[in-house]
Amino acid sequence: MVESETESLAETPLAALHRDLGGRMVGFAGYALPVQYPAGIMAEHLHCRAAAALFDVSHMGQGELRGEGAAAALEALTPADVAGLKPGRQRYGLLTSPSGGILDDFMFANLGDRIFLVVNASRKEHDFGHIAAHLPRGVTLHRHEDRALLALQGPGAVPALSTLAPGVAAFSFMGIGSFDIGGVNAIISRSGYTGEDGVEISVPADQAEAFARRLLALPGVMPAGLGARDSLRLEAGLCLYGSDIDETTSAVEAGLVWSIGKRRRMEWNFPGAERVRDELANGPKRLRVGIRPEGRQPARGHTPIAGADGAVIGEVTSGGFGPSVGAPVAMGYVARPFAEDGTALDLMVRGKAVPARVAPIPFTPHRYAR
Amino acid sequence: MTDMRFSKDHEWVRTDGDGATVGITDHAQNALGDVVFVDLPEVGRMVAAGEACAVVESVKAASDVYAPIAGKIIEVNAALSDDPGLVNREPTEGGWFFRIEPADAGEIAALLDEGAYHAFVDSLA
Repeated sequence: MVESETESLAETPLAALHRDLGGRMVGFAGYALPVQYPAGIMAEHLHCRAAAALFDVSHMGQGELRGEGAAAALEALTPADVAGLKPGRQRYGLLTSPSGGILDDFMFANLGDRIFLVVNASRKEHDFGHIAAHLPRGVTLHRHEDRALLALQGPGAVPALSTLAPGVAAFSFMGIGSFDIGGVNAIISRSGYTGEDGVEISVPADQAEAFARRLLALPGVMPAGLGARDSLRLEAGLCLYGSDIDETTSAVEAGLVWSIGKRRRMEWNFPGAERVRDELANGPKRLRVGIRPEGRQPARGHTPIAGADGAVIGEVTSGGFGPSVGAPVAMGYVARPFAEDGTALDLMVRGKAVPARVAPIPFTPHRYAR
Repeated sequence: MTDMRFSKDHEWVRTDGDGATVGITDHAQNALGDVVFVDLPEVGRMVAAGEACAVVESVKAASDVYAPIAGKIIEVNAALSDDPGLVNREPTEGGWFFRIEPADAGEIAALLDEGAYHAFVDSLA
């Protein structure tokens, strides 16, 4: 059992709270974060699906674009429809490379006078550098390194938070707005990455611990760590950057074409449009699929996938045990002829073939407040 | 529990009759978290001391389990395939992994006794 070295890691504004709660700290994207609390990953995962779980996601990169032409500037870097996003709404998008690979996945929101951004922790230096390098005169990028980010997720999340911020209940999925909660300026979006209803809340770093303690005191709320966050997003069929998507995968291969705006698919003026257009017309070589192994043995990332004749036709990119499914679940890329639901595959786990089938994702239905 | 010996890889060994029973310690199961699958060795397999011969899968990760002594695997715990959570609930009883016929019984005596193992665990903290 190898414990990650946590000495040279950065801390989030909630580090003292994690220690108080008995969090087991590990290194993730350069930050010391709790992989679990004493309740354990299984209990934290199941509690999120049944009630509400609080996650510290302060390691993620927050920022905003200001100035005339900010939407157009962002559209030069993403195939998402930024200009058509109404005030008070958030969207999921991809930053793409000229060759059609995925540089990161991210959230952007129209806050009226500015575009709010949340990017992956492991990619924030890259992303903010990339964005800053491509801004026209008059558009500026401001990083919010002085803000923490909390995710309160689960069917009990909005009912609980509504006692502090009643307006949140009126939001539908991907609604966003600013609130004053007892003197704390909170940017709250009805979103998350667990497949459940819930919110992500950006608050000033110096008020984050007290605010998190207020959330934990709400009925039904318990803290959850990175372990549950990963098993929840895997069951929800959501991609983890660096595992399920990266600079070699395209939006078409990853099944993320829905994040490309309709208008953008007529204009074809985003980075990598040529590859996306070709793959939409002719089919990609490989596709991201859900995979259900038979039995109880999980297949982890990088497990080779073989077809019926034993030839390797793909690789698992995320895999583990799904506590809500009650069985192992995985995602991975397979050659297109093997991507149909129900296709029999062999997962080569430690040299032994584990029979599996291609399965629809999400493994647990999304329960967003549409 | 005076008949129990321990490895620095957090396995326990208990001599019983013609063989020795092997499992992982309470410290190990706690560090692993919820066990969801155990991949056990084939009965009849010859293993060397320190050889990886089982894999324990938690929600989060897969970890090797090593043979604390050399010998032949003579039985594996079939109950773990239906209820791998036994490893968490009863790590030194119902959650045992396999039984081994020692090549050299002296190897067991050379492992850590309970006091030495607890001191070793404390030194890791």
